[in-house]
Amino acid sequence: MGLFILRRLGVMLLTALCLTFVVFFLTNLYPNLEKLAKTQGNMRMTDEQVENWLSNRGYLQPLPVKYAEWLGVAPGFVHTNAEGEVTGRCIRPGVEPEKAPTYCGVLQGDWGYSTVFKEPVTQIISIRLALTAKLMLWVMLLMVPAALAIGVLAGMREGSRTDRTLSTVSITTTATPEYVSGVIFIALLASSRFGLSPLLAEWGLIEGKTLFKGTATSAMESANFENFFLPVLTIALYGMGYIARMTRASMAEVMTAQYIRTARLKGVSFRNIVMKHALRNALIAPFTVIMLQIPWLLNGVVIVETLFNYKGFGWTLVQAAGNNDIELLLAVSVVSVVVVLITQLISDIGYVFLNPRIRIS
Amino acid sequence: MEPLTWFGAYGSSFAPLLMVLITLAVVCGLCAALLAFTNSSPATSFSLFNGIAVLFLLLVGFSYVYSGLSGAEGGGMAPSKLGWFLATIAGLGVFAAMLARFMGTFFDDPAAFAGTIFKWAIYGVGAVVALWLLVTLVWQNAAHKEWLAGLDPAAMPAAEEISQNEAVSRLHSRGIMASIFVRFTPVWISLIVLFAVSIQFKRRLGLYGKLFDSVIGMIGFGLVMFWVFTAVYVGLFDWIATHPPLEQVSGMKNKVPGTPLRGATAEQYPFYLLGGDPLARDIFSRMVEGSVIVIRIAPMATLFAFMVGITLGLPAGYYGGKLDTFLSFLANLILAFPVILLFYLLVTPEIVLTGLPQYMALVLFLFPLIFFGVLINSRFRTQPQKNYMWLAIVLIPLFLVYASAINDPGANSKIRFWPLDFFDIPGGILVVFVSVVFVNSPTVFRIVRGLALDIQTRDYVAAAQTRGERPWYIMLWEILPNARGPLIVDFCLRIGYTTILLGTLGFFGLGLPPESPDWGSTINEGRKLLSIYPHPALPPAFALLTLVLGLNLLADGLREESLKD
Repeated sequence: MGLFILRRLGVMLLTALCLTFVVFFLTNLYPNLEKLAKTQGNMRMTDEQVENWLSNRGYLQPLPVKYAEWLGVAPGFVHTNAEGEVTGRCIRPGVEPEKAPTYCGVLQGDWGYSTVFKEPVTQIISIRLALTAKLMLWVMLLMVPAALAIGVLAGMREGSRTDRTLSTVSITTTATPEYVSGVIFIALLASSRFGLSPLLAEWGLIEGKTLFKGTATSAMESANFENFFLPVLTIALYGMGYIARMTRASMAEVMTAQYIRTARLKGVSFRNIVMKHALRNALIAPFTVIMLQIPWLLNGVVIVETLFNYKGFGWTLVQAAGNNDIELLLAVSVVSVVVVLITQLISDIGYVFLNPRIRIS
Repeated sequence: MEPLTWFGAYGSSFAPLLMVLITLAVVCGLCAALLAFTNSSPATSFSLFNGIAVLFLLLVGFSYVYSGLSGAEGGGMAPSKLGWFLATIAGLGVFAAMLARFMGTFFDDPAAFAGTIFKWAIYGVGAVVALWLLVTLVWQNAAHKEWLAGLDPAAMPAAEEISQNEAVSRLHSRGIMASIFVRFTPVWISLIVLFAVSIQFKRRLGLYGKLFDSVIGMIGFGLVMFWVFTAVYVGLFDWIATHPPLEQVSGMKNKVPGTPLRGATAEQYPFYLLGGDPLARDIFSRMVEGSVIVIRIAPMATLFAFMVGITLGLPAGYYGGKLDTFLSFLANLILAFPVILLFYLLVTPEIVLTGLPQYMALVLFLFPLIFFGVLINSRFRTQPQKNYMWLAIVLIPLFLVYASAINDPGANSKIRFWPLDFFDIPGGILVVFVSVVFVNSPTVFRIVRGLALDIQTRDYVAAAQTRGERPWYIMLWEILPNARGPLIVDFCLRIGYTTILLGTLGFFGLGLPPESPDWGSTINEGRKLLSIYPHPALPPAFALLTLVLGLNLLADGLREESLKD
């Protein structure tokens, strides 16, 4: 078991290295650097000025050197201009050049400096990640119980009317990407001129103009039902269908097992069969699915945070990618790849613990 | 000019009936669902509570309808006297008939009772809608004839004015819904022909014919074919759209559905059926134009992803070992990327400048050639004559297409060596296509690899190995045909997923030009003022939803039918 985890951690490290190198390569292509120079400096820079700007900041070094600098295995870039002022990768605004460290990379715990937000990357990531964690927590709290309930109810009696109805519902939710359901929800529930809200306001059932808020910006400080429910629902709905279908399949399989029939023949009531005999075995497969669903939710998070203007991790990704903010983008991709691989690891280990028939050899 | 109403001149007579039936359906559907969950075996566990709950819900539903109707106003939903009369009679009649018919079953099994009412209410909704359409289309000229009759015979207006009035008054009688229905006429005809022929010959059509045994599959297939036909007729014949997708008409910015054009010429369609978007373009036309882009890219991209996935997945599963480890690592690496990050890195104008999409196309588009080459060679290896003939027949046209696809004579193009360049893919489309293939291939690879691992333990594979067949023959002619069931199902699902990906790209404004009418871009444009003007974003959202839902249902139907044998 220990060896297994160790090997997986090794693969994880290798994947993260390859992945960051790909991101590094793509963000350091010359047209991207040119765009960075123009957005940071001046839109009307000539080609020569762009080149100057880039070489003064060390962007024109060979790719492996830059990557090594980012990793912290090569000394940070230092540039002395004509007036003798020293600037460099490791010299942050407000720090004396002499006091700045020689190496400043990931290995030294320094994730770099964001060119868009003008803040250290570590700080941005920790704030944004906390906001997204809040969102994800509520998504999980809504999605998992609802999906399991739908799946168990549908799989309890395979082929019944309940089953067919709920299966169609779950197919529909998987066919509705977040940007479609989000738009429909905002139009129906959060518009002051259309949908339910004007009707409810007219009847005096709601106090404000709309039932829900169309933006979740205020939810960053204080989340409440009004401003946070729609984004949570939008993400949860897309993931819900898939988990529900997996749960249904696994429940339906368990319900045809021999020991269920034995219990039935013994005269155990249907409710007890479902609750005490079938449920625990039926929930093994959905566990892995739920864990593997987390990376998928990341996509939904990006879309929903953009749609509802909730400035979390996904929103940061869009800002960083849209402005070619290299170091922030690298940190974002490291975080997401770690999330993906850790959830895979947990799902594998959890599967072994839940299902004693499987042993890692 | 008056704006169009949703249901036209005859809508008000049918609206109350429709509302009653819809309410009945919703209430009874909820009741049925509730009751189905609460009592596990109906015959023994009837509770008074359930019965009272159902009756209470029914009463609430009816009172909601009647209080709602009395307050309804404008928009063709105001009940006329005839409508009131019809609604009351129909509602009471249905209720009485149901009670009389199912009194016995009601107290035995309230869930089934509510379910039956739900079913009939849904049928009723369908019947009323059909009846309304029929009435509207039969009497669509009535208002115009009345106007003609009322004219002073001495001072007849010019023929032009009469025909203009005829067109406009016909649209007024139809309303928005029926006008849209009429615009789709070629699609309806094609669908009816397709379904009639397919159902007629379904026993002879293999898996495709079996699809027509499952209701879910048929619904899914219908939805998919609806959009396919729409794309064909819009793309090839320019039929369904009412205006050019980029045409801007002054004064139509953010106008609600059914707004008339100011100073429309005789050739112009006089209304914006689904309103105007923030740049005063017709939303309906843009929605149907959007289907062309999706139908052109999504199935093709999925096919390419399957070629890549199959060509790499089969050897990985069959040989295993180092090759498998390496390819699986690559696949997992791509899968570990968040899709949106990958899109943001790959689908930008800057990346197009570097020529990276062209290099990726160079590699990815090669896979169909490899696939077909190996496929034919492994089959006819022992008959060189036949082998060369088939190879030439298939590979030469494919190579010409391949060379044309990757070559681009543009100024920034990196690959332009080939003189016979038949067509050019615009840089924006190419990068979208390539990145969608790139994102989809690893998943297909994993599926094919899993299937190959599973199937290679079968006896017929062992028999082929004993016969001395070459590995590629076994992979492509023994394993692949036997993996077709899951692959076809996944193909349908994956087209849907590709459609979602294309929408995601559009939603973030990546790849396709911003004025492009594809659904993702139109949703993106419409979402900015969503809470004030919801109408620009909703039609493309529903269009995308129905297409993807259709593909999912189709896949479900196919899976069900292919499991039966």
